[in-house]
Amino acid sequence: MIKIANAQFWVHDQDEALAFYTRKLGWEVRSDVTMEAWSFRWLCVGPPGQDGTGLVLMPVPGPPLLDDESSARMAELVAKGAGGTLFLETDDCQAAYDDLSARGVTFNDPPTKQPYGIDTSFRDPSGNNIRLTQVMEFDPSRV
Amino acid sequence: MANVPAARHLLRAKDLADARYFEPLAVADLAAAAGLSPAHFSRRFKATFGESPHQYLLTRRLERAAALLRATDWSVAAICFAVGAQSVGSFTASFHRVFGMPPLAYRAAFPPAERHLRIPRCVALAYGRPQNRTFREDNTRGASLALTSANAHGGPDDQDRERAVLGA
Repeated sequence: MIKIANAQFWVHDQDEALAFYTRKLGWEVRSDVTMEAWSFRWLCVGPPGQDGTGLVLMPVPGPPLLDDESSARMAELVAKGAGGTLFLETDDCQAAYDDLSARGVTFNDPPTKQPYGIDTSFRDPSGNNIRLTQVMEFDPSRV
Repeated sequence: MANVPAARHLLRAKDLADARYFEPLAVADLAAAAGLSPAHFSRRFKATFGESPHQYLLTRRLERAAALLRATDWSVAAICFAVGAQSVGSFTASFHRVFGMPPLAYRAAFPPAERHLRIPRCVALAYGRPQNRTFREDNTRGASLALTSANAHGGPDDQDRERAVLGA
C-alpha cells in the first residue's frame, strides 16, 4: 500500500508561512529544524488530528540548486498563483469560513454549492492555493 | 430552539482552549465562549471536566510546549510565546512542576530533533553537497559547532547527520 505522507509548497518566507499556518489556520508544527551545515531549514506543519500527513514549507531555492533567473521566475510563478493547490476537507465549510475569516484569512470566494458539496478557497501569504471542501453526496442539481 | 445541555456550552470553551491556546486567552475569554460569568463558569467547568479552566488551558499549553521541545530546535523563550504563555519565568516554573524537569532537560531526554528528522533523499542530495568552502571557513564552523554542542541541542556531527538521513 502506498499513502501520501507529506506535500510541499514553495514559500517566499518560511517565518511568514509558519505564522500563517499555525497562528491563522491553527495547525501544528510537525518539525522545524535548521541544519546549519546545509543552510537548510526543514519546516513541516499539519492539521491537528492528522498526524501522519503534513505540508512541508520550503523556500524557493537559489544557486547552486537553481540559477538566479529560474529562482526569480519560480518565485514569481508562485506569487501569480501557479504554485499548486492543496485540497482540504472539512465537515462544515461555512463554519470554517466564518472562523478563519475572523482570524484574518482572506478567501477567494464565499462557500459555494457544487455538485460534490460546498467549498471555498483561500491563499497562503506566498500565493499558494488552498481549497476547502465539505464533501457531500454527489448531486448534479446542487449548484 | 432546542434545549441545549449546559455541558455543550462548556465544551465550546474547552474547544476554544484547544484550538487557540497560542493566543493570549484567559479564563474570561473561555467564560465568554460559554456565555457564563467567569466565577460561575469556573465552577461549572470544574464540575463537568474535573479540572479548572485555568488548569486546563495551562496544561494544554505545556503539552504543546513539550511537543515543540521534541520536534523543533526553537529556544525555550520562542516556545513559551508560541504556546501563548506570557512570561518565560513562570512558564519554565510551570513546566518544571508538571514534567518534573526544566524544559531543556526535557528536550535533552529525547533524541535531538535533527536526529529523527526524516529528511528525504532528494533534499539531502540537493542541499547536503558541500559548497566550495575554504579550510578557514570549515575551521570556523567546526569551532562554532563545538560551542553549540555544549548546550542542549546536542550538535550532532556530520556523520550522525548522514546516518539520520540515510536511515530515513
